[in-house]
Amino acid sequence: MADIPILSIIIFLPLLGALVILLIKDDENSLNNIKKVALWTSVGVFLLSLFIWLQFDSSNSGYQFQEKFRWFNDFNFYYHIGIDGISLFMVILSTFLTPLCILASWESIKKRVKEYMIAFLFLETVMIGMFASIDILLFYIFFEVVLIPMYLIIGIWGGERRIYASFKFFLYTLLGSVLMLIAIIVIYRLTNSMSIEDLQGNYFAKNVQIYLWLAFFASFAVKIPMWPFHTWLPDAHVEAPTAGSVILAGVLLKMGGYGFIRFSLGMLPEASEYFSPFIMILSIVAIVYTSFVALAQTDIKKLIAYSSVAHMGLVTIGIFIVNSQGLEGAMIQMISHGVLSGALFFCVGVIYDRMHTREINFYAGLVNRMPIYATVFMIFMLGSVGLPGTSGFIGEFLVIVGAFKYSSIVVIGAAIGIILSAVYMLYLYKRIIFGVMTNEKLIEILDLNNREKIILIPLAIAVIFIGIFPNVFIEPMRLPIESIIINYEFANAK
Amino acid sequence: MAQLIVFLPLFGFLFCFFFGKIFGFKASQITTTSLLFVSTILSWYLFFSYLDEREVEVIHIFNWFTSGNFIVDWSIRLDSLTTTMFVVVCSVSACVHLYSIGYMSDDPSKERFMGYLSLFTFFMLMLVSSNNLLQMFFGWEGVGLASYLLIGFWYHKPSANNAAVKAFLVNRIGDFGYALGIAGIFYIFGSVEFSVIFDNAESFKDHSMQFIGISFNTIDLLCFLLFIGAMGKSAQLGLHTWLPDAMEGPTPVSALIHAATMVTAGVFLVARMSPLFEYALITNLFITFIGASTAIFAATIALTQNDIKRVIAYSTCSQLGYMFFAAGLGAYNASIFHLMTHGFFKALLFLSAGSVIHAMHHEQDMRKMGGLFKKIPITGSMMWIGSLAIIGFPYFSGYYSKESILENAYYSSSSMATFAYTVGILTALLTAFYSWRLLFMTFHGQTRSDKKTFDNAHESPLIMTLPLFVLAFGSIFAGLFFSNFYIGKMQYSFWGDSIILHDGKHHYLPFIQTLIVKSSVAIGVMLAALIYFYKKHLSKILAHNLDPLYSISLNKWYIDELYHSIFIRPYFYLANLFWKKGDERLIDGYGPNGISKLISISSQYLSRFQSGYLYHYAFVMLGGLVIILTWFIYY
Repeated sequence: MADIPILSIIIFLPLLGALVILLIKDDENSLNNIKKVALWTSVGVFLLSLFIWLQFDSSNSGYQFQEKFRWFNDFNFYYHIGIDGISLFMVILSTFLTPLCILASWESIKKRVKEYMIAFLFLETVMIGMFASIDILLFYIFFEVVLIPMYLIIGIWGGERRIYASFKFFLYTLLGSVLMLIAIIVIYRLTNSMSIEDLQGNYFAKNVQIYLWLAFFASFAVKIPMWPFHTWLPDAHVEAPTAGSVILAGVLLKMGGYGFIRFSLGMLPEASEYFSPFIMILSIVAIVYTSFVALAQTDIKKLIAYSSVAHMGLVTIGIFIVNSQGLEGAMIQMISHGVLSGALFFCVGVIYDRMHTREINFYAGLVNRMPIYATVFMIFMLGSVGLPGTSGFIGEFLVIVGAFKYSSIVVIGAAIGIILSAVYMLYLYKRIIFGVMTNEKLIEILDLNNREKIILIPLAIAVIFIGIFPNVFIEPMRLPIESIIINYEFANAK
Repeated sequence: MAQLIVFLPLFGFLFCFFFGKIFGFKASQITTTSLLFVSTILSWYLFFSYLDEREVEVIHIFNWFTSGNFIVDWSIRLDSLTTTMFVVVCSVSACVHLYSIGYMSDDPSKERFMGYLSLFTFFMLMLVSSNNLLQMFFGWEGVGLASYLLIGFWYHKPSANNAAVKAFLVNRIGDFGYALGIAGIFYIFGSVEFSVIFDNAESFKDHSMQFIGISFNTIDLLCFLLFIGAMGKSAQLGLHTWLPDAMEGPTPVSALIHAATMVTAGVFLVARMSPLFEYALITNLFITFIGASTAIFAATIALTQNDIKRVIAYSTCSQLGYMFFAAGLGAYNASIFHLMTHGFFKALLFLSAGSVIHAMHHEQDMRKMGGLFKKIPITGSMMWIGSLAIIGFPYFSGYYSKESILENAYYSSSSMATFAYTVGILTALLTAFYSWRLLFMTFHGQTRSDKKTFDNAHESPLIMTLPLFVLAFGSIFAGLFFSNFYIGKMQYSFWGDSIILHDGKHHYLPFIQTLIVKSSVAIGVMLAALIYFYKKHLSKILAHNLDPLYSISLNKWYIDELYHSIFIRPYFYLANLFWKKGDERLIDGYGPNGISKLISISSQYLSRFQSGYLYHYAFVMLGGLVIILTWFIYY
């Protein structure tokens, strides 16, 4: 088994699929073939990633499935990939959501289908590549390249204000990227190494750490996004096509959290300690503020986008309180949010495909015509408000428990989400699902078709599975997280 | 066996969820009800086996999650407290399942209804059988969910939807406190397992901790946070507003969830955690105060309500107040005993009310009833039995439990005891009054309903009256049979280690006090008879003459209006403020949009330099030359 570069195969298989699609003639008759190639490629990648999960050794705290080739002769740049317990689930999240996204675009994407599918498969390659990189330069390349397909997906297949949204998205993220690139160059000058693995520790003087930390922060805080760098997110979500929103919320936001864990905590522990109160303030503001803003929204997608910001606030709290409950909670919260927000965007997509509007006031009483839809939507809504037994609860509660060790103010800030998230989600659900159907245009609306069931039911199962058996997910990440904590505590002489 | 008791209702729910539509509603009704009856029989068996002295038994199911030293298991803790709750929950639930088959016979989505009832029962059993705080929280939120689903069961009614959301949100406020309490307990004790907490409680007696910058006694603080959760779930003063609105749900739901079982979860929590609450001296005073205040507050509202279900809902609130002040005074056994008897007679009252509503074709307003006893004698007698039990008529179940609470209040040394005792007696008077007001307005005197409805009023079918008989049996005899175990001679061997017991001897109230209690109840009944049976015009005159008081009571002390203006309106205002002013004006305005505007303005300005006229360029070059030359010459 050791000889097969399975990780590289997973990374580049989607690209291969994209190449195949490139060769297919672009006319009406072959549209179905294009979609099928895209779908089966991504399904294959998902199965391979499950295989990696099966082969994964939870008792090993380091990187597994490593592959390493020298890239430049004169510099210490390597094509170095591998995964550990932290990146494992990020990879699986990406491979899990991509086939569902392709399936969701089956009928809703009408123009430039070929380019769309290529963009999606390319996106999958870079997402997986980014989470699997051990070399910082490689990471950076993937991290930035993600923007290109995403920019195109919003800018070409998006809604009416797509140009504004994609520019806003691009500009925000680019600003962070420039600073991160400078930080990466500084790191290389100081250590002559680009290996994430080797640089885990406390190798920089505190003042250097602080500058590096701020540079990385600029990039990750925009990505995750933290208040007040979040305003690109609602616009991007509203304009993006359904599948674009799903990937954006499901995977791209996690790049920020992943970066915080790997770079900020792992490499710059003293600066992380120094800045943690600052992070806490921004996170608590994010939770309270965006929960309020979410309530006032009139567009369903925007509401869910704002709720993402609030949920990510919990993630940043979990990361920077640096204890096992906090970090594991943050990780679970990221996985859970990936599934839940993805699922919620799919749900919005379902009714958008039928009615071509996302106005909350347009809808009412959907349960009368769409009972199955109402049921799965209910499951995701409950997950989103963190009901015990769903995935949302585990992450949220672990962070709350962890935060008690940090400070009582932070724990209140984290726990207030219990109330606030329920306010806007229940209010949303009540308005669109319950009640009497008053809008005549809705009378003929159809319940989920088989394709939509295939998308939503696995997500619903995932939500409950993570809620009841979270150990399956916590187990592999335990050791890597513990080593980060030990390193952090050692660096800060705790 | 305990696993079966807990998980059979879950299977019932899953059956309805997946196969309800396929096999039709009959199959769902039969499956859920029969599974529940099996659970009930098993739970009574278990209950009797725990009547004797027996060790606490913990059945481990599997590890839920482990994060660092935060270890949470799925498990079932069996002791006499759990088995008590098992029999209450299962028996009432089984009765309600059976009753619902009749009551909901016209409803189009029966399988959904039965499924939710079973789901609720499962969560409730998880709650009471938990061996740690987190699994309890699972059940706790789960029953909240089931309650939300069932209150909003008739989703075409806007009032039902609003009530459902309100119930969930108010409960969430409590859960916020509960979650903080769990996190705090883990922080202090390093575990959320009951046995670890109980074993170490004493060593933290004088420990204090910082919370939001203030130093608190640790146990007081933790218990206070947990009690916030209990207040939400048990609808205590301040967080009570959801309970009356919850009556929007179908009546069997009100009987099961909002009277007999779910709302008592808060009392159960305090009793379960009694080894910890034992050391929370200040919080106990607070609990006593809130409990007693709720008892009388809710009773004053119940006096004037006209909706038959709302009267009983406020009465539930009031009875829960009794249980809480007993728990706050340390009489956990009396509190749980009252929980049990209350479970039976309150479910009986609600189901009888449901039977009345059924007979009157969904009329709930008591002003349009009266004289119904002749028409529906069985329901009427059942309502009489329930009412006799709730006012504590001798040898009915409520007599034993309420008497015991008052005795404990009388003999307690707590500084809140006198207040609680006085309020307890006053509330007993009010209880008697509103119970008999309800009986007279509904069943006796001349009818005020239109003739057609009155003539069509009919006794409910057997499937609905049978559960009433069962519950009536419990309401009459539960006290007689079990008072020895709960509050009498056998209490030490019965309770074992499951709750903290004080003072083994059973004190009786001095004769004069007994007389006061008895006569206050009698006065209540007589006043109700006077106003609503003999001198009917008196009620209008009284309402008129006592106007401010009457209006306050009728409008529930204006709490809903108050909350609306101090919480809900500002909430929406802030939401819009943050969005429009914060995000759009401030962050976007000075952020991305501001910067791009700045760049476009400055580039417009700069572009003027490229005017294309040669003399402009020549002028600028000349100017530049002059500046450079000047610089060279002077520096």
